[in-house]
Amino acid sequence: MAVVQKSSQIDAPTDATSQTNWGEWFIEGVIKVAGISSIVIIGLIFLFLLREGLPAFLDIPLRQLFGTRWYPIEDAFGMAPLLAGSLIVTVGAVVIALPLGLTTAIYMGEIAPPWQREILKPIIEVLAGIPSIVLGFLGWIALAPLIQRLGAPTGLTAFTGSLILAYMSLPTIISIAEDALYAVPKEYRGGALAIGATQWQSIWRVVLPAARPGLVIAVMLGIGRAIGETMAVMMVTGNAANIPSLGSGIFFQPVRTMTATIAAEMGEVAQGSLHYSTLFAIGIVLFVISFAINWLAGRLVGMKGMRRSRRGGML
Amino acid sequence: MNNKIEVREFSFYYGAFQALKNLYLDIRENAITALIGPSGCGKSTFLRCLNRMNDTIRGTRAEGQVFFDGRDIYAPAVDVVELRQHIGMVFQRPNPFPQSIYDNVAFGPRVVGMAARRSELDRLVQESLEGAALWDEVKHRLRDSALDLNPGQQQRLCIARTIAVKPKVILMDEPCSALDPVATLSVEDLMRRLAQEYTIVIVTHNMQQAARASHYTGFFWLGELVEFNTTENLFSAPKAPLTEAYITGRRG
Repeated sequence: MAVVQKSSQIDAPTDATSQTNWGEWFIEGVIKVAGISSIVIIGLIFLFLLREGLPAFLDIPLRQLFGTRWYPIEDAFGMAPLLAGSLIVTVGAVVIALPLGLTTAIYMGEIAPPWQREILKPIIEVLAGIPSIVLGFLGWIALAPLIQRLGAPTGLTAFTGSLILAYMSLPTIISIAEDALYAVPKEYRGGALAIGATQWQSIWRVVLPAARPGLVIAVMLGIGRAIGETMAVMMVTGNAANIPSLGSGIFFQPVRTMTATIAAEMGEVAQGSLHYSTLFAIGIVLFVISFAINWLAGRLVGMKGMRRSRRGGML
Repeated sequence: MNNKIEVREFSFYYGAFQALKNLYLDIRENAITALIGPSGCGKSTFLRCLNRMNDTIRGTRAEGQVFFDGRDIYAPAVDVVELRQHIGMVFQRPNPFPQSIYDNVAFGPRVVGMAARRSELDRLVQESLEGAALWDEVKHRLRDSALDLNPGQQQRLCIARTIAVKPKVILMDEPCSALDPVATLSVEDLMRRLAQEYTIVIVTHNMQQAARASHYTGFFWLGELVEFNTTENLFSAPKAPLTEAYITGRRG
């Protein structure tokens, strides 16, 4: 509250009209503080991460920090197994969720009759609200035994995590992709049909390319959801910090993700120890990865020829 | 001249609302037929019935026959997708796809599988753009986005896109309503040239445009075809009092 009043006092002399309109002035101040504070908070988070995590980058040689052995008891802090775990689980989740999510969105947005859409949409929104711990529990109790029966040595594998994560990121992908399709002007579809395109040709060659920026965002947010998820993944991936052996079984062995490592070990480390700052270093790497994903999404959306047309429909 | 399209006992419904009432109408080959009337009179609905674009609206129903080259397009066995290759449509607002100029024109030939080789496609795109009087303006920037064109050029691009699949009939739904007078005249010039090769049906609320650019004119009122005649006769000697009142500006 004090902050709000302070900013109002600064603004008042520079804006003569606002003196006559206190309500306006107050609201503007509140909004300004809210907007700036979110930026400040992000900045502070990053500074805090850096402060706690930087010692790891300074004290451990980079080769060791990104090495293949993660045995904190022996002071071996190699992040590679964790990076690999996150990568495998996320890639698996995206490979599963992407086609499923996009086709569902296309079905809902372009093909399904209105009454089916009315049913599907709220159901998918409910899916988004299921707590991740519940999904993790389900994965542990129901999915893992199933996967073990498929022939994996244990049911708690990267693939189990991918399945759960895919399921978790589906609502995000579907609802954002569907919004993107909805924003494509109706005239494009009519124009395509009027030349003799089939409905599928109109969707594939006109609607999807026109919706591409939104679809890219949908996918990127889905990936972001997958890579940052902790609880569910921790429960079902087996938590073995080993470099997975390459080959056809790569998805069917236990892995440990970066997020799960932080969550599992943070409670047991001495504050200020090397182990402690290494966990923060993992956080920094995660932070950088999610920035990279956002940046990539921005690049893909802003690519040549992707400019959005004038919106607004006739009739 | 032959009748390209013959409409018989045709009615059309949006749910319970009857938008078109028992129409009889002949569209002549290689002529421009204008449909005029006040907003909501059913002229655009009728136009969209001629290539069954209204099929995409739920809850609509058509009765009667529309013969295109002697075949009823509302017969059960008709392939609507193929029908629309023969009866193309240009819309009220220019609706180029957000793709390159080239890809817009090549869209039709690609989806219907007309041009197998790249060189054929190039030729078809050039012919269509020439046919739409746009080639000279865009030949050096075929890879640019179609959305960079001005509205008049966009509408001619949409016409080029339509003629690229070599239709027999082109339906135009108020194609100039979003254009300025200069662009309007260039589209009208284009229509006159296209009429040598194609049959054109145009809906317009601009009576001067109908008088200037068409050979035949039909006057719609509340879902009925009040009068149909050569444009010259309809405007100089209207038979129905309603037609006269409308074209002289006393009704509508």
